[in-house]
Amino acid sequence: MVWVNAVLQGLMLGGLYALFACGLSLMFGVMRTVNLAHGDLSVVAAYGSLALVDSLGWSPFATLIIVIPGMAIVGFLLQRLVLDRALRISTLAPLLATFGLSIALQNLLLQIDSPDARILPIGAFGIGSWRISSQLAIGWFPLLTLGVAIVVLLGIELFLQRARLGHAMRATRDDPATAQLMGIDARKIYAVAAMLALATVGIAGVFLGMRTTFTPTSGSDYLIFAFEAVVIGGIGSVRGTLAGGLVLGVAQTVGAQINAADPILIGHLVFLAVLVVRPRGLFRASALA
Amino acid sequence: MSSLEVDSIDVHYGDFQALWSVSVNVAAGGTLAIIGANGAGKSTLLGAIAGSRPLTSGSIRFDGQDVGGLPAHARVALGITLVPEGRRLFPSLTVEENLTIGAFSRRTGPWSLGRVYELLPIVANLRQRRANQLSGGEQQAVAIGRALMNNPRLLLLDELSLGLAPVIVQSLYAVLPDVTAEGTTVLLVEQDVGQAIAAADRVQCLLEGRVTLEGDATELDRDAIRAAYFGI
Repeated sequence: MVWVNAVLQGLMLGGLYALFACGLSLMFGVMRTVNLAHGDLSVVAAYGSLALVDSLGWSPFATLIIVIPGMAIVGFLLQRLVLDRALRISTLAPLLATFGLSIALQNLLLQIDSPDARILPIGAFGIGSWRISSQLAIGWFPLLTLGVAIVVLLGIELFLQRARLGHAMRATRDDPATAQLMGIDARKIYAVAAMLALATVGIAGVFLGMRTTFTPTSGSDYLIFAFEAVVIGGIGSVRGTLAGGLVLGVAQTVGAQINAADPILIGHLVFLAVLVVRPRGLFRASALA
Repeated sequence: MSSLEVDSIDVHYGDFQALWSVSVNVAAGGTLAIIGANGAGKSTLLGAIAGSRPLTSGSIRFDGQDVGGLPAHARVALGITLVPEGRRLFPSLTVEENLTIGAFSRRTGPWSLGRVYELLPIVANLRQRRANQLSGGEQQAVAIGRALMNNPRLLLLDELSLGLAPVIVQSLYAVLPDVTAEGTTVLLVEQDVGQAIAAADRVQCLLEGRVTLEGDATELDRDAIRAAYFGI
């Protein structure tokens, strides 16, 4: 029962990782841009939510109505003002640009707020759970997180598979020059993809902030989990990222059962094992899907 | 029906000049073949018309409208559609998804999925296949279908025969009359002179970025073509 519980908790933790990794996966999948400011942008979303909670007295959940479109706008500006320009210099320039952005955002948050740890208050919902047996309990909030992750990632997957714009995104990812010859404006596609990616970053940031405390620099702590989820699942595959996040979450919680001192180490070892055994990830088609 | 007037264009790759004051005219509904050896600038010319290669000087008019400064995707919306050299299908998309991408600009006209499948039955049998699992001939057929999905007014065909068996090349060229019957103007580039002359009503020869010969497909004689093609 202890193990069943560990796996269940791991799946729910993995949902958070998958939700968090979604935007990274999408931006890499469509634009081939590695966004090193990904974690910091999610922290920005969490602080944005906190500001709304403090000033308007809203529930953190309600702030999503503003945080999601706000982050989509941030995504549009990021793509148009930073990444499109960097891409014209070289393929590696966006990496440097987002690295710089990461540092700038951390220091900006330190200036505006403080290094103190913050949390988005959700009251009793945050600690409530269904107790199934003495060793098995399912928390309401982790379960909600997993549900949101599944809806968001599978929703994006469905969009890529079925929607006209989703097809155009996959075509642009395959071959941007030829996509232009089909009437697709790659710049527009990139902007839409960045908006979608940052919208999910907004959701992930708020859920991270409700689950645990955050500081201006905690974005980079989570970034490694996002990378691991993306790589385990297979780069460029959104449903792979969902699977990758779940695998990573389960590895960490089961790892905690084995060696309570270092659950994260076991997560990293599973990640390395996947790299050795299936270097292209679990969904090795490597197609954006 | 739409006419194309390319007026003395120059195109450079960095310091290298690929086209030298090249002029091309295709009457509405006509079919012009550009022939020439490797590196003569044929693909560059099509790229310049489609918008993937910027002009250094000169102008391109389509139906009287200056399109030389428009980005490639805006020219597609006007009905200028290129079947690129080497097919360039989207490898991770299925055949049918590749075809629907061809219709991204939502131009209306005679061509639809159903009519493309009718014209190219080989493509109909592959619709759920991934594009990276096709033979060269199958890929070329899909590439033609994808271009038709845009309901082109001007169809640019770059080296349909590249790397394909002669019998397959013939079957691909056999669909051209059905395309021109819809009033589509065709500009094709071909290394295979015999194939080009058979498919087109006018022929132009490029050599090292310059036009060396121009005439009706039925009137050109072999010696003149040989001289223009090789420059000897």
